[in-house]
Amino acid sequence: MNNQYDMLSPEALAKIDREVAKYPADQKQSAVMAALVIAQDEKGWLSQETIAAVAAYLGMAPVAAYEVASFYNMYDLQPVGKYKLTVCTNLPCALSGGVHAADYVKEKLGIDFNETTADGKFTLKEGECMGACGDAPVMLVNNKRMCSFMLPEQIDKLLAECK
Amino acid sequence: MALIDTINPLLTTGWSKGDAGWSLKDYEARGGYAQLKRILASKMPQDDLIAEVKKSSLRGRGGAGFPTGLKWSFMPKAAPEKYVVCNTDEGEPGTFKDRDLLRFDPHSTIEGMIIAGYAVGAKRGYNYIHGEIFDIYQRFEEALDQARAAGYLGDNILGSGFSFDLFAHHGWGAYICGEETGLLESIEGKKGQPRYKPPFPANFGLYGKPTTINNTETFAAIPFILGMGGEAYLNLGKPNNGGTKLFSVSGHVNRPGNYEVPMGTPFAKLLEMAGGMRGGRKLKAVIPGGSSAPVLPADIIMDCTMDYDSIAKAGSMLGSGAVIVMDETVCMVKALERLAYFYFEESCGQCTPCREGSGWLYRVVHRIEHGEGRADDLDLLNRVTDNMMGKTICALADAAAFPVRSFIKHFQSEFEYHIEHKKCLVDPAVQRAGSGFFKAGAA
Repeated sequence: MNNQYDMLSPEALAKIDREVAKYPADQKQSAVMAALVIAQDEKGWLSQETIAAVAAYLGMAPVAAYEVASFYNMYDLQPVGKYKLTVCTNLPCALSGGVHAADYVKEKLGIDFNETTADGKFTLKEGECMGACGDAPVMLVNNKRMCSFMLPEQIDKLLAECK
Repeated sequence: MALIDTINPLLTTGWSKGDAGWSLKDYEARGGYAQLKRILASKMPQDDLIAEVKKSSLRGRGGAGFPTGLKWSFMPKAAPEKYVVCNTDEGEPGTFKDRDLLRFDPHSTIEGMIIAGYAVGAKRGYNYIHGEIFDIYQRFEEALDQARAAGYLGDNILGSGFSFDLFAHHGWGAYICGEETGLLESIEGKKGQPRYKPPFPANFGLYGKPTTINNTETFAAIPFILGMGGEAYLNLGKPNNGGTKLFSVSGHVNRPGNYEVPMGTPFAKLLEMAGGMRGGRKLKAVIPGGSSAPVLPADIIMDCTMDYDSIAKAGSMLGSGAVIVMDETVCMVKALERLAYFYFEESCGQCTPCREGSGWLYRVVHRIEHGEGRADDLDLLNRVTDNMMGKTICALADAAAFPVRSFIKHFQSEFEYHIEHKKCLVDPAVQRAGSGFFKAGAA
């Protein structure tokens, strides 16, 4: 196989096919958001080449896929650490310690928002509302795992779990 | 976060078993899909179905409060290709009800969407789910598989001749996709930039076809409304404000969480259900309908009932039912600074008044908070909001402006103190203690 998207594994392409099947036959582009997530999960982040591969597979212009990748906050257009921690600091979370939770993580890891630890293990991001304000403080691990009620003890536990 | 407390449970009847009660067999055991079966078996006329929903006075639970039955009646009858879309892009700060609805009872939303498809003559639907709650998206997909296997979705549902299929689409971190036309653009695989209206989605929606788009809680209410009858549902609430509503209570209360209560329940009762104020401290202010709704000071909100009309009369909006409770430890300038940053960060950049205005609002509130405020900054903020409200394609500019105007209106002296003394009126040590992150006495 030698084509524009062979950098994506057969498993990833099969997952993308499943997404494409959700939409009318002439609307493959609708699957681009899910396809970019699948590609990001496989590659760790979205390089221009990865985005172009997704675009080629869906029959879109590369720039159209790039517009999507750069518009939505959870696509990583730069390499990130093995664990990307996103802490919500929006007002409802802040009222229950969201900002303090972020400060606590910064101190523990010795990094600020948008930085990665020297060993490449953690990247820290500031998040906007994740729709879980009753569980504040909340944080996301690698976009898909939500952690609730993150007080100091729980944060310590989470960081220790991330090997 | 499970349901904490309720009066007249309806939407939350299935939540009592927590994560153990969401699957198809549980939903069927509590009467689920009975309304869909009844409608299909009796070949209920579409107009009768819409009339029943109109009678219930159900209003859109996503924030705008538009009458649902009326919205359905706008769909053109003759169009060959139509869509039903559910908005679970729940990103309005303070709102976390739809997440729990899909977590504990996804089939009520699925049944509501199938019934909506029947009522408006659509054969296909999508549920757009907030990207940050990926586990909920996966659960919804599992629930769809169950419904499909049981014959509730697909071709010729239960032998009725009616066909409808439903799919889940996830977001990936953009508040603007909660705006219905931004959401449709996003399903089409584009940036979620809102469209000009008119044309409204009922005429030009997903892929340019007539589309009915409602909030998750709105769809979830449909099977219950048809089960008890529109009039009985209306009578649970108050005139023009039918039924029950989920309220997401966050901030400085003892028991943050979701509460289902009848429309018209006094705010004081809701606060009591949420365990009262954390640490017994004094209530300072409440944002009653998500961060975009104007803030109300304690004395005003304590006299309100929780329904569209009462909150509107008090000068705010019921919105999505997200009740953000703030006590006396809150610096209102700092609280506003965080909200202003949110709208600046989330403006899609399409319209100049919003793209530039939201930046101005954030920078000016930021400088007041950081001791660099100027004497005329409050006038400047109000002028900027004048140049934003009603001047953009969607309501995000208004949503950014409402908090600024209402915070200044109700807490002007606190902003003036900040500008004059270059510091918070509320002592920083008091603010720090208010968040509950640190154990008492810890450094």
